[in-house]
Amino acid sequence: MKKVFSRPKSLKNTAFHYCGGCGHSIAHRLIAESIDELDIQDRIIGVPPAGCAVIAYNYFDIDMLESPHGRGCAVATGIKRVLPDRVVFSYQGDGDLAAIGTAETFHAANRGENITVIFINNAVYGMTGGQMAPTTLLGQVSTTTQPGRSALLDGHPVHFSEILGQLPGTMYIERCAVNTPANVMKAKKAVKKAFQYQMDNVGFSLIEILSQCPTNWKMSPVEACRWVNEVMMKEYPLGIIKDSKR
Amino acid sequence: MKGTVTINSELCKECHLCTISCKKENLQPSSELNSKGFHPIILKADADCNGCALCATICPDVAIEVYRE
Repeated sequence: MKKVFSRPKSLKNTAFHYCGGCGHSIAHRLIAESIDELDIQDRIIGVPPAGCAVIAYNYFDIDMLESPHGRGCAVATGIKRVLPDRVVFSYQGDGDLAAIGTAETFHAANRGENITVIFINNAVYGMTGGQMAPTTLLGQVSTTTQPGRSALLDGHPVHFSEILGQLPGTMYIERCAVNTPANVMKAKKAVKKAFQYQMDNVGFSLIEILSQCPTNWKMSPVEACRWVNEVMMKEYPLGIIKDSKR
Repeated sequence: MKGTVTINSELCKECHLCTISCKKENLQPSSELNSKGFHPIILKADADCNGCALCATICPDVAIEVYRE
């Protein structure tokens, strides 16, 4: 029989430290598969975040440069400007990109830097123990919003992709999920398209991935995937938010 | 069988995303434990796998390899 699915070449043969069912590990594989398919393993540079994915460089068999918390887009900008022939992506979570790194992300997008941002939205701060993030849904229980997030006290969930979509500097923004095989396949297409846009010098691209966090949501992985479908997607609908080439 | 899967039991964290994705319900947890203390998922003895790779597509730990005729 012929092998039709195996570990991508640019993903090292190392066991992930992520919890069972975590969306980060699926996102890692999608990025690695896209790198293999575009044959850019030797000329892609990744920027891992602070957060659960802080040691992403242990998993990708590509060049990576760690960034300070939230500054992924600033570091990626620097790399891309010095080495314009490389494909540069920053991998950031919601606390990293939408809270601590708001300024860096917003202005990199506004300048229209030719980089790709992979934005993992799991609606909590994962690594530090499930505190409220800007993306936490109204009514969602986190360790810092025990009665559920209240708009009056904690503000509203931030739709960062839509905000960036308003900027003339952004070229491609899509929101995907990794909770079902069908959504995983769509997310893979989006990641690959974003890298392709960067290689074609189109400009700033961002792929938001709704990612299940069973541990901090206090659910089983199966329940967490269902929750993404039933609750999270109502607040954050999937689809292309902006595509300048369409 | 038109296809089959091999599952790396040491990588499996028993999240069950593969078992709910398999339309033919071919996968189940093993009675044995792996070194992390999970019951790794195995292919049932009477499995009717067609190598669709939905299990491998969703597997967060890249533990599944898929073969097809």
